[in-house]
Amino acid sequence: MEEKIKVNNLNAYFGERKVLNNININIKERAVTSIIGPSGCGKSTFIRCINRMHEVIPNARVEGSIIFDGIDIYSEKTDVISLRRKIGMVFQKPNPFPTLSIYDNVAAGIKLNGFFKRKDNLDDLVEQALKMAALWDEVKDKLSHPGSSLSGGQQQRLCIARALAVKPEVILFDEPCSALDPISTAKIEDLIFNLKKEYTIIIVTHNMQQAARISDFTGFFLLGELVEFNTTSEIFTNPKDKRTENYITGRFG
Amino acid sequence: MNNIRRKIINNIMILIMIISTLIILVPLINIFIYVFLKGISSININFFTKLPMPVGEPNGGMANAIVGSIILIILSSMWAIPVGILGGIYLAEFGNNKLGTIIRFTADVLSGVPSIVIGIFAYIVIVLPMKNFSAISGAFALGIIMIPTIMRTTEEMINLVPHTLREASLALGITRFRTTISIVLKTALNGIITGIILSVARISGETAPLLFTAFGNRFWHEGINKPIAALPLQIFAYAISPYEDWHKQAWAGALVLIAMIFLASFISRRILKSKYKIER
Repeated sequence: MEEKIKVNNLNAYFGERKVLNNININIKERAVTSIIGPSGCGKSTFIRCINRMHEVIPNARVEGSIIFDGIDIYSEKTDVISLRRKIGMVFQKPNPFPTLSIYDNVAAGIKLNGFFKRKDNLDDLVEQALKMAALWDEVKDKLSHPGSSLSGGQQQRLCIARALAVKPEVILFDEPCSALDPISTAKIEDLIFNLKKEYTIIIVTHNMQQAARISDFTGFFLLGELVEFNTTSEIFTNPKDKRTENYITGRFG
Repeated sequence: MNNIRRKIINNIMILIMIISTLIILVPLINIFIYVFLKGISSININFFTKLPMPVGEPNGGMANAIVGSIILIILSSMWAIPVGILGGIYLAEFGNNKLGTIIRFTADVLSGVPSIVIGIFAYIVIVLPMKNFSAISGAFALGIIMIPTIMRTTEEMINLVPHTLREASLALGITRFRTTISIVLKTALNGIITGIILSVARISGETAPLLFTAFGNRFWHEGINKPIAALPLQIFAYAISPYEDWHKQAWAGALVLIAMIFLASFISRRILKSKYKIER
């Protein structure tokens, strides 16, 4: 497996406060990498650095480099808009656009950038994205209904379809199941498992069983530092660091 | 014991709130009924189609004033709504700095300035250089009254749009411009339009700023650089006259003005509701 993303000496700040300290990590292509750790350890900040969403917050800044397909995403030349089209993101709380229909929610990323003109093709793209997100059968008869009319689990899959529709290469999941019930969670996990055939996936999760179930690699974050990074089976069966062991056996966090 | 005390206090408080609501409603309903009873007798087809007649001649109307008011509202909306919305977007999206604070403070002060002062201002900067009263100067004065309301509601409504929606859009690789226009503004649209309706309702009844600007006109309008009639002006002129039939016409004018504002806000709300209905 090729390395898709290389993170070198990454530091992230909110104003003066340092929230990520010297992170080095290599993300493999077409695999699921999960990031675990207690609340406030910088997991979300870390994945938000990868699609440069960290800098959307006022006073937030980043040091170090992230190499994506051989190009430093923090170099002057990188266009943040096209970067975000290649690195999609699904957030913790389902956040479909409330004024848009289900169809338009999926099409938003394509339509609102003016890349698209012919309508028939757009229909195909929307259908394809919804099928990939395993939502098509549930919504195909009500595509004109508002996105907010769906249940929480369906809304989250709609957000996944929305991210897939712009044809990214990497998808970042920021605790995508923390607001969902177990059945919806299982559906999303199946979906992630299937998506890794075509996409590089990074998922932040609080749920260690979830990380164990769906990921190939796992990184453990603590207080803004990457404590340990290895294959998921190694991390969960044979952790090298005492702190990792304590965390996964539930002794703290 | 405590339980009974709590229930009694609960009921007393509810009673106080009901009485307060009634106190607000009584003058409002009173005005409606009074204006209706006084004005309805003079409302007929002539009122909407005929020009004002000299005292003593029957069948005069206020058609020119109704048309004039509509023209003034359209003219002032044409510049005040874009300026107000763009200003509101600036305040919400980029206004976290000194300039933003200054604009916010200025807008708040401006919305408290008596409208007659704004009328005098428009008189000095538009009427004096043009050397005559005009619809343009009236629309200028009315627009200044509209802008603070529209700008501040736009800002507040945009700030109410959850940050997560903005992030969702940016993370899809949608530009900040399109995010603001197609996602944030669209989500906030309902509230923004409420602000616009409020400001339009307010200026439709403004009389003082028009005294030195639109001035009034007893004939059909002759172009936007000429004096123009307006309902509130006509009502004012008729109400202070000593003639009984003009008084009646003034009441009718007031009734039409109230009805126009009511209808305009009712219709625009209806359109909004059907267009952006969110199913639960």
